Amino acid sequence: MRVIGHVAVNVFKESVRDKVLYNLVVFAVLLMSASYLIGELTAGQDVKIIKDLGLASISVFGLAIAVFIGIGLVWKEVEKRSIYTLLAKPMRRQEFLLGKYCGLVLTLVINVAVMTAAYYAVLAYMQAMSPPNLRASWPAPATDPALLKAIALIMLELMLVTAIAVLFSTFSSPFLSAMLTTAVWVIGHFNQDLRDYGATIPSPLAAAIARGVYYVVPNFSAFDVKLQVVHAQAVPFSYIGLTTLYGFTYIALVLVGAVIIFSRRDFK
Amino acid sequence: MKVHPAAWVVLVLLFAAVVGLQMIQAAQPPLRVPNGASTNVLYVSSPQVLGRAALSYRALAADIYWIRAVQHYGGTKLSKDPNKQYDVLYPLLDVTTSLDPYFDVVYKFGSVFLAEPYPGGAGRPDQAIALLEKGLRTRPEKWELAQGVGFVYYWWLADYQRAAMWFNRAADMPAAPDWLRPLAAVTLAQGGNRASSRVLWTEIARDGDADWLRRQATFRLEQLDALDGIDVIQRVVHQYRGRTGMWPASWSEMMRAGFLRGVPTDPTGVPFQLDPVTGQVTLDPSSSLNPLPAAQPTL
Repeated sequence: MRVIGHVAVNVFKESVRDKVLYNLVVFAVLLMSASYLIGELTAGQDVKIIKDLGLASISVFGLAIAVFIGIGLVWKEVEKRSIYTLLAKPMRRQEFLLGKYCGLVLTLVINVAVMTAAYYAVLAYMQAMSPPNLRASWPAPATDPALLKAIALIMLELMLVTAIAVLFSTFSSPFLSAMLTTAVWVIGHFNQDLRDYGATIPSPLAAAIARGVYYVVPNFSAFDVKLQVVHAQAVPFSYIGLTTLYGFTYIALVLVGAVIIFSRRDFK
Repeated sequence: MKVHPAAWVVLVLLFAAVVGLQMIQAAQPPLRVPNGASTNVLYVSSPQVLGRAALSYRALAADIYWIRAVQHYGGTKLSKDPNKQYDVLYPLLDVTTSLDPYFDVVYKFGSVFLAEPYPGGAGRPDQAIALLEKGLRTRPEKWELAQGVGFVYYWWLADYQRAAMWFNRAADMPAAPDWLRPLAAVTLAQGGNRASSRVLWTEIARDGDADWLRRQATFRLEQLDALDGIDVIQRVVHQYRGRTGMWPASWSEMMRAGFLRGVPTDPTGVPFQLDPVTGQVTLDPSSSLNPLPAAQPTL
């Protein structure tokens, strides 16, 4: 466990050195400028749009970090030949891989936490600046704590994307890993269509295959409750709990697969 | 490698040339389009395709389409083009509400944009009703949407039977306000009247959703006040004729005769116009309250 911790901290320090956290500045500027401009562009609904924009930005920035850093985690060490030095140390391959994964998750957690703080600060400002009659027409306060439910599920989605990126990076090039990770993420959003495919095609075999794929491909649409929380629709804790269980189980599955592939890989 | 100094000069000259050419192009009159032809483009009009393409960012995509709808409506309304086209307004609102069916304000404001008579709006109350009914299919408990349908029938289509039916339907919904049921009864019994219109616009003016909608409601209330004012002054003009046997030539003549204490004005302060031949009292053409609602029922 200590070894995993050391590797994770090093990954985090490396991401700081690589100026990954600069995206936080971009996020803050985007949100602040948007909060000013939206009022000029639309007829009311500034807070709703800032809520949507903030949640989408947290997700997009996190995805970019998860995919583009995740795919290079193992590959960089192989490319620089530093993998030989690392694996010669008293460290098992699975500890190395899990350390890398945990380091990137730590980077993501800090990123998402800071973005969430900036997001709530902008919303609090908008709430303070809005007249009482306008606030009364909102379905929920600007700084509605329920938004955290969506952010928690975004974080879980990012952890799963990171695991998938790490899995692909154990056996393929960064370019291919990026393509495959993105493809899995996109297909994961079409999961409902795969399930309903049987109703539109005559072939029972094709329908059965589509249904099988539906159960196997990660269901990323399950992590998306952004629309519901912004409109103050109920997202029960039972749903969050089940989705969290599904997310962690899938992450475990992907990481075990990554460990098996990485353990069998020959670096000669 | 050192860059030749002439390269910098060429770079600056070319930059100046493209900016200059763009300025010349901007000063040219726009190319004409045939009358009735639309230059508005909606690249993707299928809500299903957009919903799939938006992945988990449907709400943000809906915001973008809503901003496009507002810009399209506002830009067209304010444009001086005699060939104004609101043809993509409904598709934009349809896509927005398909991407985010809970985006209540789109139904509410969108129906106003659509129902407003051309050229101030699309002049399509049928589309306004279709949009509100679409919202009701998603949110059958939203009394505001049912009241909106009733309002379109009442104000824009003068179909008081259907308006009363929709006001009643709204009144049956949870959290509906108390004023809806009497409004439905009055609408059914008397058709439209200014008191009912005033109730509807006052409720809209009280709503805190957007300044422009409150301004619109205030404007309509001032129009109703102007209609009331015209009725009152018209009665005084008739009294003058009853006593003198002729129509007054001017307001000052009526003031001298003791019928008025001052020049009667509309709520914006512009004097009413008096026709000395027919005795007809009307709004001055320069009044910002023009045109008054056609066939507005009397008190």
